[in-house]
Amino acid sequence: MTTAHAHPSPAASAPGSGTPSWRLLTILSLSGALAGGLIVSAYRATLPPIEAHRAARVEAAIREVLKLPARWDTLYLDRGALTKRLPDGANPKAVERVFLGFDSNGNPVGAAITAGRPGFADIINLIFGLDPTSGTLLGMKVLTSKETPGLGDKIYRDSGFVRQFRGAVAPLKGVKDVSGKSQSEVAVITGATISSRTVIRIINEATARWQPLLQAYRAKATP
Amino acid sequence: MAAAPAASLEDLTRGLWRENPVLVQMLGLCPTLAVTNSVANGIAMGVATLFVLLGSNVLVASLRTVIPKEVRITSYILIIATFVTTADFTLEALVPRIHAALGPFVALIVVNCIILGRAEAFASRVSVRRAALDAIGMGTGFTMVLLMMSGVREVLGSGTLLGMALFGGRFEPWVIMVLPPGGFLTLGIFLLLLAWRAERRQRVQEA
Repeated sequence: MTTAHAHPSPAASAPGSGTPSWRLLTILSLSGALAGGLIVSAYRATLPPIEAHRAARVEAAIREVLKLPARWDTLYLDRGALTKRLPDGANPKAVERVFLGFDSNGNPVGAAITAGRPGFADIINLIFGLDPTSGTLLGMKVLTSKETPGLGDKIYRDSGFVRQFRGAVAPLKGVKDVSGKSQSEVAVITGATISSRTVIRIINEATARWQPLLQAYRAKATP
Repeated sequence: MAAAPAASLEDLTRGLWRENPVLVQMLGLCPTLAVTNSVANGIAMGVATLFVLLGSNVLVASLRTVIPKEVRITSYILIIATFVTTADFTLEALVPRIHAALGPFVALIVVNCIILGRAEAFASRVSVRRAALDAIGMGTGFTMVLLMMSGVREVLGSGTLLGMALFGGRFEPWVIMVLPPGGFLTLGIFLLLLAWRAERRQRVQEA
């Protein structure tokens, strides 16, 4: 910062030239503290609505993929098994979870599972409803993605593509043309092959991982 | 420091057309190309930039005698970054959908040359009033260009305007218009038309 003195510029007579170091330091520290204070208060003021929006988005998604359940339980993953209780001392935001939905008679309708992996651009995060007994999907909704507008974003804009997942049986198979022979066939989108195959892969991986856990949980709950 | 009305008007209108930040000064091209694939994104980006520009111009002008020139760029960036972070949080709290669509570009307003450019070249030398007028003019000029760009791109590329379908089901959208090349094409055509008009005017004057 002191090099400014070594290069006298035409503006050397302007106010502020040759400012002592202590003054520069004081001004920078003060403005840094002030900026920090402002940012933290803006963060605190906007955090509740931001968290509410995020929670509302997940809730709406659960309702959508479980076809309007009467209620649902949040199941946490604790030492390789699902449990209704949050593991002791765990950060509630970091524990993996699924949502088990029930109809108005208290019968389980299926589980909503969130999962993600990199697509064509950045990570695709989605939620899907799964009947753990039969492996039948109840619905699929993309939560966040940055896929190419007009092409890759058809994985959530193209209702025809999204609708195929309802009633399909995992593990899914991505095909160019649906033959109708198998309930596991899902037609991939022309021009968005990578994005649509990624969606299928996310669902297959998550089903393989969560279906046994959900079956074990149900077997324990109804002896 | 009481500026004449004519000078105030000049401060306000300069950024709209004659010294438009994008079309004439060629600043802020990154957001201009990146977020103009829909009109809603264009409006949100324009308004967020206007807010940051106004806040930073006013603060830079009111602190112009306090900020030593050795650390002025550091101070300006600090001021701008504070406003941008606040705008980022506010957008996420108020319009989460648009915030998600703008992705990383809200945070990148920090490095939008329009803002640092106006702070350094204008706001740091003039009264708060003139700096505020300049920010409003430049911010509006920027928003206007984003609207023009996003209007053309959304209508041709998605067949919609502000999300409402404009054409029947027969319309095949020109997908390329909402992809990056569409941004370059649209901006290029705008600049071409402006240059052509300027050249024609000059020829008329010379004749």
